[in-house]
Amino acid sequence: MNSNQFQGTLADHAFLAGLAESDIKILTALSFEVRFQEEQIIFREGDPSSFFYLILSGRIALEVLAPGHVLRIQTVGEGEELGWSSLLASVNKQFQARCLEPVTAFAFDGAQIVARCEDDPAFGFRLLRRVLATVADRLRATRLQLLDVYAKRGGGGQ
Amino acid sequence: MTTFQTTPATSPSEPPGANPMTPLPARLIGVEKETHDTYTLTLEPAAVEGSTIASRFRPGQFSMLYDFGVGELPISISGDPERPEQLVYTIRSVGPVTTSLVTRSPGDSIGVRGPFGTPWPMTEARGKSVLIVAGGIGLAPLRPAIYHILRHRGDYNRLVILYGARSPRDILFKKELSAWGLLPDTQSLVTVDYGGVSWRGHVGVVTTLFKSIRAQPSETYALLCGPEVMMRFALRELQIRGLPKNQIFLSMERNMKCAAGFCGHCQLGPFFVCKDGPVFSSAAIEPWMDLYEA
Repeated sequence: MNSNQFQGTLADHAFLAGLAESDIKILTALSFEVRFQEEQIIFREGDPSSFFYLILSGRIALEVLAPGHVLRIQTVGEGEELGWSSLLASVNKQFQARCLEPVTAFAFDGAQIVARCEDDPAFGFRLLRRVLATVADRLRATRLQLLDVYAKRGGGGQ
Repeated sequence: MTTFQTTPATSPSEPPGANPMTPLPARLIGVEKETHDTYTLTLEPAAVEGSTIASRFRPGQFSMLYDFGVGELPISISGDPERPEQLVYTIRSVGPVTTSLVTRSPGDSIGVRGPFGTPWPMTEARGKSVLIVAGGIGLAPLRPAIYHILRHRGDYNRLVILYGARSPRDILFKKELSAWGLLPDTQSLVTVDYGGVSWRGHVGVVTTLFKSIRAQPSETYALLCGPEVMMRFALRELQIRGLPKNQIFLSMERNMKCAAGFCGHCQLGPFFVCKDGPVFSSAAIEPWMDLYEA
């Protein structure tokens, strides 16, 4: 993929939709393409949060290791992001990320992104608003998941 | 003393003279286990004046099933509306009546009243894409709508089926969901709230599938059925994505007893769910969905 194709693909990513070309150029300069194999662990719970990913293809499961078993709590895929905690200082990974399929993604060094946001607060605001929207979406989905709406609730003599 | 003589209301889908309060016996011809707690019952309905409940029902309607000596319950019809020789119900065993119904044997007799209620807007949705959003047992009342679309495929644009279940072992109609996804112009996506390592599919609530929909919102009719909390969240997401309120339909569940609008047990705001529903447009029902009911 040449740099123009790279920038075009990045601009087409759902997470960045509508962002100005100048912002896309900044992000293009900070990103590189990565590929992961099926079943590959991208990061483990407790790892330092280093990279932020925009997923181009494939599906990744977020897992929590419990004694004797693994809980799969969420999957993310094409058009979504992974690893937003890398944009926060001193936060280690809360979950394990395992590829359920071969995955292609754009990777960004979280520390570099944060440094760029600090240098250019307007860019930082625009980017972090998107991150915040993603976090809010995840929080809403997690709350709904916690409600366990499909659990058996017999009533009315059923 | 004044006595009031009531004339039973006859629903539009009943033959003239039929009494909606009188169960008609139907013979159980099959019980199929769908999941660890959910079963599909197939009944052979009795004919009255040349028609049966199965020949009159429209997708989205329900019947009252009477397990003689145990109790009566409203159950949505989950079978093919164009197979008048059989009545199909998918029942989750959650209490004494449902547990008794799903443990009946072929040859047993079950009382059936109906069909009752409003159907899915299959006529209005013609020429549009149809988005089915189902959660848990909520896929059962939507299956007749899916069968209808598949039998009249040329009348509709894209068909998108989004289904959420609690866990992989709770997924209803698993084989059909897979098969529907292979059909042209059809998306069938399944998600579970909690997955083990053997589950290779999507994990997350059903609204997380919305970003994968390939259909034009203004040209789409959405049909929703599932736990009410799930439908509320789905409704908000669909409105954010630009679906007009009058193109979003929900199937509501309340404590239906008479099914003919007499008893008032299923009242929701100005509506009797048994008679004015169970299928409502979101434009009509949304103001009443956020109300707390004691």
